[in-house]
This record gives sequence, structure tokens and C-alpha cells, in this order.
Amino acid sequence: MKGYYARKLHSLLGVIPLALFFIEHALTNFGAFEGGPERFNAGVKLLNDLPLIFVLEWVLIYLPLIYHGVYGLYIAYQAKPNNGHFNYERNWRYLLQRITGVITFVYIIWHVFETRFQITLGNVTHEGLGSLMHDIVTQPVFFILYLIGVVSASFHFANGLWSFLVAWGITVGPRAQRVSSYVCMTLFVLVALMFILSLVAFRRAEFQEASVWIDTVKSVLS
Amino acid sequence: MAEATASSKKVKFMITRQDGPDAAAYTEEFELPYRPGMNVISALMEIQRNPVNAKGEKIAPVCWESNCLEEVCGACSMVINGKPRQACAALIDKLEQPIRIQPMKTFPVVRDLVIDRSRMFTALKRVKAWIPIDGTYDLGPGPRMPEKKRQWAYELSKCMTCGVCLESCPNVNDKTDFIGPAAISQVRLFNSHPTGEMNKEERLEALMQDGGIEGCGNSQNCVRSCPKGIPLTTSIAEMNKQTTKHMFKQWLGV
Repeated sequence: MKGYYARKLHSLLGVIPLALFFIEHALTNFGAFEGGPERFNAGVKLLNDLPLIFVLEWVLIYLPLIYHGVYGLYIAYQAKPNNGHFNYERNWRYLLQRITGVITFVYIIWHVFETRFQITLGNVTHEGLGSLMHDIVTQPVFFILYLIGVVSASFHFANGLWSFLVAWGITVGPRAQRVSSYVCMTLFVLVALMFILSLVAFRRAEFQEASVWIDTVKSVLS
Repeated sequence: MAEATASSKKVKFMITRQDGPDAAAYTEEFELPYRPGMNVISALMEIQRNPVNAKGEKIAPVCWESNCLEEVCGACSMVINGKPRQACAALIDKLEQPIRIQPMKTFPVVRDLVIDRSRMFTALKRVKAWIPIDGTYDLGPGPRMPEKKRQWAYELSKCMTCGVCLESCPNVNDKTDFIGPAAISQVRLFNSHPTGEMNKEERLEALMQDGGIEGCGNSQNCVRSCPKGIPLTTSIAEMNKQTTKHMFKQWLGV
């Protein structure tokens, strides 16, 4: 595929479907903060009750994610940052976009392995996800890693939206790009906050459930 | 007269030198007598007149390029205290000392501060940055350009292919084949010209080739570094819009 189309596809997939799924994920998780395990489980159930869920997961999440992530690593590799001599806000965002992209990709692979893949293996059920998350984030090291992961992902999402608008010629002039900077950076703060609050919510005792999965998960994690 | 003003005040330079295209780079220090109003070019001329380094050794004079001496030709672009710019417009009074001078290493170094900017001219040829007016008969006068459009297009025409935007761009390096901001902005210039517009697809398609507009990573250093204040990032975003439109038109066959 010619570079132009490869890059355009990378940019498009970042927003449709990945950014949309990211927002959906933020909302489902926020259910944990808003209404505890009941609300969170209702959200998880709602998604998993969708018809053709297997196809949806692959077409709307895994395949775009793999393409966006692998091509993104190539973009990050091609960069030669020069922030020392060009100490500008946009240039820092250029660098952060690549750093958070790599962090997010690694984090997502780990996160999917710990959660969704354990369901595939049969170690956890969908109803057990809340207590699984509880067990993960009550460990300080994993809690910090999850914080780094969600903040990185939120930045990459919001700043990526900003550059998407430039790459598709929607925000052309300096004023449009400045306004979209404010909007996107606000979005970064809001979404990051939503994820952080959900992580905090998962630490609450109400998500603790004495059951067999926890031991299984513990054996996976150790 | 000149002697009278050459006070005991000294100006210190640290110049990155290189004896040939494949030779190793090294730094040499120079101390020159201060003169009011001196700039980096006049300092380099002083070294040429009296090629002695700070240690007092006689050395081969430092090579550089310059032409217009009024920041319109772009020939004397070099990295001065970390920023790529024109040496002729770099006043010593406004620079922190020691003044560090390096060649723009994004380009192949020929010798000392002399670089080879051929890739920029190759890029201009690739995007067809000209207006074809030849026909087999007299085509007559072209359409008029609206004055409003002429005014912003004139800003784009100030580009002197100096290479500063490529030097400041983190995506122009040996790992990519990105043509850089200058040529992209030239496509906007020639595509906005009423006669040039007649061949706009050719230029857009050139930007959609490998190493074209997709190489931009939105660091926006170019627009902050351009000595002519050309709205390079506006040009890039506008070309993003036009290439995207062109892509869909191609697919849909309109």
C-alpha cells in the first residue's frame, strides 16, 4: 500500500472505530464509579449481549487496533525528536503522541491479556470482571501501571483527535487549530479523569468477591 | 576607522567544522575583535581574512555560502546557537556567547558550513512547482488572479528554499523520505494560481506519493522557524484537505 493511503488509514482507524470504542470503554468503566458493581456489570452485559459480538470485537477493535498499533510503532520509530532546540508546545505534543502511543500499545496488550483473554481461556466470566479488576488495582504496583496506562491512552486519544482534524483538512488555519487544541486537551483531562475515577472505584471493597476466579487470576498474575 | 572601533572586546565562536563530505566533524574555537553591528557573516569574513583559531594556530579558513546578505536568498542558512537561520541576519549583539555555529546536518555537509540542498530542488521538481504556459500556438493571456487571493499567495511566494523548515522538522531525517514543508506549501501556491490551477491534480498526486504529505507529524516547528513567516502549517492542512478530496474524487470517478 502506498504511504499516503497507509497513513490515512492509520489516521482514520484511530478515530473510527478506536476513539469511539475508547469513549464507550470510558463510559462502561465509569459505571463502576457511578453505580458500583451492579451498574458496571449491567454495562458489560449490555455489550456482550450485542448480536455478532465476536465479529464486532474483531472488526471494530482487534483488527483496527493491531493495524493502528503496528503502523504507529513504525511512525514512532521514524521520528527524530528535537525538543531541546525547539521547545514549543506543539513539538512536545508531537513527542508525547509517540511516547504515549508506544506506552498505550504495550499497556493494551497487557490489559487485554489480563482481562478479555482470561475470559477466552475460561478463567473468568464476564460477571467476574469487576472483582478481577479489584484484585489487580488493589496491588499498588499494578494500580500505578494502570494509572500510567489510562493517562497515556487518554492523551494519545485526545491529541490524536487534534491531529486527525489537521490530517483530514478540517482544522486548517491557526485559529481553528488553536481552538481544537483547547477542546481536545479538555477532552484529555475529562476522559483521563473518568478512567482514574473508575480505577479508584474498582479498589472499593464492594468489588471484592470471594470466589474461585480470584485464586485463578492470582495464579495467572504471579 | 575600523581599527579605531575594534576595541579590546572579543567575540567567541565555536564552529563545527568538517574537512570534506565524508570527514569527521570537529569543533574549533575562534576569538574575534568585536565591531559594532557585526553579524555572523562578517565574523566568518574576518576569519577568512585572518584564519587563526583561538589557540593562535593558523588554520584553513572556514567555508560557508552566502549571496544576498539581506535574508532573501537563503544561501547562508546554518544552525546558530541551536536554531537554524540565515547567518547574514544573525546580529552578534543579539546572540548569546560563545556563539555556536553548525551546518544544517539534515542536508549532506560539503565542507564546514556548506551544505548540499539539492533534495529541496528535487522536491520542487517532483511536485511540479511551476506553471506550464507553453502551447503549440499562442495561448493568449491567462485568467486574472483576484487581488484578495494574490495577497495571501504572495506570502507563500516568499519561500527562498533556504531549508530552515526541513532542519527544524523532526520528521525530515535519514529514516524517512519526507519532502518537507517547503515543497508542500509551494503546491498550495501554484495550485492557487489561476493558470497553475489547470494542472492542480498533477501536483496533488505528487504529494500523495511516498514521502509526500503523509510524512508530516504536526510538530509545527516549521511555521515557528520560517524566517519569512510563511504559514506553512496552514498550507500543509490545506493540502491535506485537497489531497483528501482528490482521493475521494479518484475513487468515485468524478
